[in-house]
Amino acid sequence: MIAKIHITFKNGVLDPQGKAVHHALKDLGYNEVSEIQMGKYLKLKMDGVSREEAENRVTEMCEKLFANTVIESYRFTLETAK
Amino acid sequence: MKCGVVVFPGSNCDHDCFHILKHVFKIDTEWIWHKGDVDLSRFDLVVLPGGYSYGDYLRAGAIAKFSSVMKEVVRFANSGRMVLGICNGFQVLVESGLLPGALIQNHTQKFVCKTVSIRVENVSTPFSCECVGKTVLDIPIAHHQGNYFIDSDGLHQLVDNQQIVFRYSGPEGEVIDQYNPNGSVDNIAGIVNEDKNVMGLMPHPERCADPAWPNLDGQLIFKSIIYSLQHGVLL
Repeated sequence: MIAKIHITFKNGVLDPQGKAVHHALKDLGYNEVSEIQMGKYLKLKMDGVSREEAENRVTEMCEKLFANTVIESYRFTLETAK
Repeated sequence: MKCGVVVFPGSNCDHDCFHILKHVFKIDTEWIWHKGDVDLSRFDLVVLPGGYSYGDYLRAGAIAKFSSVMKEVVRFANSGRMVLGICNGFQVLVESGLLPGALIQNHTQKFVCKTVSIRVENVSTPFSCECVGKTVLDIPIAHHQGNYFIDSDGLHQLVDNQQIVFRYSGPEGEVIDQYNPNGSVDNIAGIVNEDKNVMGLMPHPERCADPAWPNLDGQLIFKSIIYSLQHGVLL
């Protein structure tokens, strides 16, 4: 099973990196961009677990380690490893 | 009185803290290695020093909170004994849930290293009781992730419980944006937990507590701790 996890700041938390990148984009003339959220991407390969198990385990991992839920939210997708 | 200074891989202010406690204040002080069998029962104060524990990977303090020593530090703190987290130590304390909120990247996106003024907001804590009569301290900061965040409910709780100990300010104690070096909510530089036995702060008192240097403002924090331990202010 492959889990692809995205972690981003929650709404209302200042995202200085996103802001800096947004400024740079504006300087380059991409004025249509109104907002940027920068975050983290993690890809996990898991062996010997069902989809349901993987879902529970990855949620646990996100809550415990990958995200700080005071400031960050997470979402992930699961797909079967090829 | 016995103090312990925790050493994580990547701690780099551990020697400064150790030096101030042991050689300046002549307190029996020991190193505490982060792993293995950790027994904190002999200590009265545990210091989590500044640095880059575990390379600041994932988030500052995020890996340190799972170390063997932190499980014991949580137990130690919950038993009412004193824990001081400085800079990375503060980050470890919020990640482990001993203090509320979180520390994110500075709003300037830059590492900031300079001496700042902080206003003493509460002298009724075991970490600040010796600051009576001194409203502003000059203390160095050196961090990239010192931007304290807490949601508005959390901030109200901090204010209501008088948990905010230090705020970034001007030289006369002006708490305004101009003197906020990192974007912290409400200029917060240091807080205590509800029981006031755990404090985290971004400024480095250990860097201005040796009489070899002209600035000794950091001594007030160590003197407060020593006074509290000697007089049982906590109890």
